[in-house]
Amino acid sequence: MTAVPDAAAVPALEMRGVRKQFGATLALDNVDFTLAPGEVHALLGENGAGKSTLVKILSGALRPDRGAMRLRGKPFHPPDPLAGRLSGVSMIYQELNLAPHLTVEENAVLGREASGAGFVRRRGDRVRIREALAFLGHPEIPLDVPVGRLSVGARQVVEIARAILDRSSIVVMDEPTSSLTREDTERLFKVIRTLKAEGVSVIYISHFLEEVCEVADAFTVLRDGRNAGEGRIADVPLEEMIRMMVGSKMADFFPRVPRERGEVALALRGLKGARMGEPVSLEVRRGEIVGLAGLIGAGRTETLRAAFGLDNVSAGSVAIAGRPAGPGKPWAMIGRGLGLLSEDRQGEGLALGRSITDNVTLSRLGPYRRRGFLSLRRRTEAAARWIGDLNIKAAGPQQAAGGLSGGNQQKVALARLLHQDAEVLLLDEPTRGIDVQSKAQIYEWMGRVAAAGKGLLFVSSYLPELLGVCDRIAVFHRGRIVADRPAAEWTDESLMSAATTGKA
Amino acid sequence: MTPMTSKPKIQTVLNLLAPFLGLILVIALFSSMPEVQSRFLRAANLTSVATQSVIVALGALGMTLIIIGGGIDLSAASNIALSSVITAYAVNAGLPPLLALALGVLTGGLVGFLNGALITRLRLVPFIITLGMMGIARGVAKWVARNQKIDAPLTWINELMSKSPRPSWLLLAPGVWLMIVFAIVTAVVLRYTVFGRHVFAIGSNESTARLCGVRTTRTKILFYTAAGLFCGLAGVMEFSRLTVGDPTVAVGLELDIIAAVVIGGGSLSGGEGSVLGSMIGVFIMAFLRNGCTMMGWPNYIQEIIIGVIIVAAVALDQIRHRRSA
Repeated sequence: MTAVPDAAAVPALEMRGVRKQFGATLALDNVDFTLAPGEVHALLGENGAGKSTLVKILSGALRPDRGAMRLRGKPFHPPDPLAGRLSGVSMIYQELNLAPHLTVEENAVLGREASGAGFVRRRGDRVRIREALAFLGHPEIPLDVPVGRLSVGARQVVEIARAILDRSSIVVMDEPTSSLTREDTERLFKVIRTLKAEGVSVIYISHFLEEVCEVADAFTVLRDGRNAGEGRIADVPLEEMIRMMVGSKMADFFPRVPRERGEVALALRGLKGARMGEPVSLEVRRGEIVGLAGLIGAGRTETLRAAFGLDNVSAGSVAIAGRPAGPGKPWAMIGRGLGLLSEDRQGEGLALGRSITDNVTLSRLGPYRRRGFLSLRRRTEAAARWIGDLNIKAAGPQQAAGGLSGGNQQKVALARLLHQDAEVLLLDEPTRGIDVQSKAQIYEWMGRVAAAGKGLLFVSSYLPELLGVCDRIAVFHRGRIVADRPAAEWTDESLMSAATTGKA
Repeated sequence: MTPMTSKPKIQTVLNLLAPFLGLILVIALFSSMPEVQSRFLRAANLTSVATQSVIVALGALGMTLIIIGGGIDLSAASNIALSSVITAYAVNAGLPPLLALALGVLTGGLVGFLNGALITRLRLVPFIITLGMMGIARGVAKWVARNQKIDAPLTWINELMSKSPRPSWLLLAPGVWLMIVFAIVTAVVLRYTVFGRHVFAIGSNESTARLCGVRTTRTKILFYTAAGLFCGLAGVMEFSRLTVGDPTVAVGLELDIIAAVVIGGGSLSGGEGSVLGSMIGVFIMAFLRNGCTMMGWPNYIQEIIIGVIIVAAVALDQIRHRRSA
């Protein structure tokens, strides 16, 4: 179904048979990618499909294990990002690559300042930067303001201006609109069209399919590190693209424990946290696992963090087991029966340098306290029981959590919630990056905990596990819950479509 | 897109306004005290304050470079002591004064170079490397001086810090003039050279700087070396003032130097700071010490006041940042 219309033209970029392996994970397997000059080419796929790895190889940040790249027909193997940039490949990342304290001018020419005897010659630079900004339709951006004080949208324009000053022939944009307002997004699209008119090719990575259809000419879909389809945007309907992204997954094993729904365990009413787009209302019953689907940044994690009191809450309330419980600080929410498993296991989920015992018992030390002192022996015994119950592979309760494999670390984090005996468990990506066996054990424990009458709120970006484990799934899109239905009424495709388009 | 419309020039002025107001406040405070007002603003007292500030000011010039570049140097005071001892040793050994001065400055530069080289090669945080260097330099200084003061014959080096300079048309001690010249040079380098921009870029976002082709290792070694040279010169001034090489001099002075930079708007997370701000910081502390001494207030009062000022200055800075963010 692919056909570059002008076959005579030399492609701006050709990648053939690219392969990249990280440890046991095959991130890219024999991937091909072709980009025409002046084309806006969308790179599509679910989280973890290999898009970022592919563009990192293109930029020089990673080296492929195998495969060839040609830039305008010439072999291209950038050893580092600087070499990539000098060859005309510019990356515009989600987290912007600017030095916040330097001014627009200083950032735009950083590393390439025109100079005489060590002194910066500003005049020529300033003219060129003004030209670039004007060309992008943003002559109003001041050159002497530190970049940290500009809006996110303006910063993006500065990065693109830098790409123009570098005379880039390919600009890669990784999720450029995820933190932009609709208005800024429109302006960005105008900039993209301007680049295109000048013959610059754009690789556009985005989860927002309606945007892709608006701005891109062609698309390539990756799935599990392989090519899963490509074509012209105009020729392929949206549903077809979604089908390519989702594919037909191998059936995972989802052990189900019979359970009954009880009364409401957790109720969020109009909860609005500092990082949430809009107020969210949501209920979880006893014995129920409620899944939260959606793209990264759509509001799932942000909702959990607001409910748990990690982010400031500006409006709304939290009720646990029918009693008003929040908003409140995390220590208070733990006291009222809420537990949170963070998506950032290494950063905040675990104290990696401390022992399993410390990690498991940290949120409930009460039982081991007598006259102000901790009984270390009973605490260690309790940790040893959890190691057995969750089948954690460790040398013993005193082993540092950081020395465990990812799956076992995650089980320690789960053990802490279970030990805390929380009434409602907020689980944020509990199975991300862990092995299949650990996943199955975590699913099984989730089922058991629900059967014991607890409520679970389960955030995941992996659709099959949401469908396999949950009783009910709510979908977030740009800060709002756009649909909330029993799991049986959802499919991979309908979840993906609701998460990417907001229509369900 | 809505770029902030605040004029950059005004912003720069505002950044310096807070420390500058602090300086004026300190001066106004003591000038209004009946006990000292007749003496405080006299030329004789002002030259005395300026001379007392030279050593901390020279150290602060180097520290400004380092802190803007996202680093820290805890070895500054030990480096000053070592350089002063080396200078005294050289004078005592009969070397010409100019050569002794050069040796003192180069000793400081060598310590700074080692700091930079170790930080970039071992990839350790500057805090640890310079904490180690703080002990090493101090130890070497005591070793060279055989754990006592090195006496040296008087030379013109000892006139560099003289409060009654010859010829008298100089008005200020030669050391004060050196301080002023080097402050201007450092400010110009930071503002108008490629090197200066790269120092800011590294402190602001090192990975971006590297991605943009800034030679981060070389730049870092350069600014640590430059800071070391300033410490070396400060060491020479220390010797000039004391007329002996004392390995136990300037203990804890690195914290005064860091405090001056921080009071003047330097951020310990890098990317921010200015020579003018740091100099204002130096003079806030110098005037406070001077005023307290003239008032006859005990030393501990000075220490408490300076402690409060450091915390208040940084807290104000934070509040201002949060508002503009």
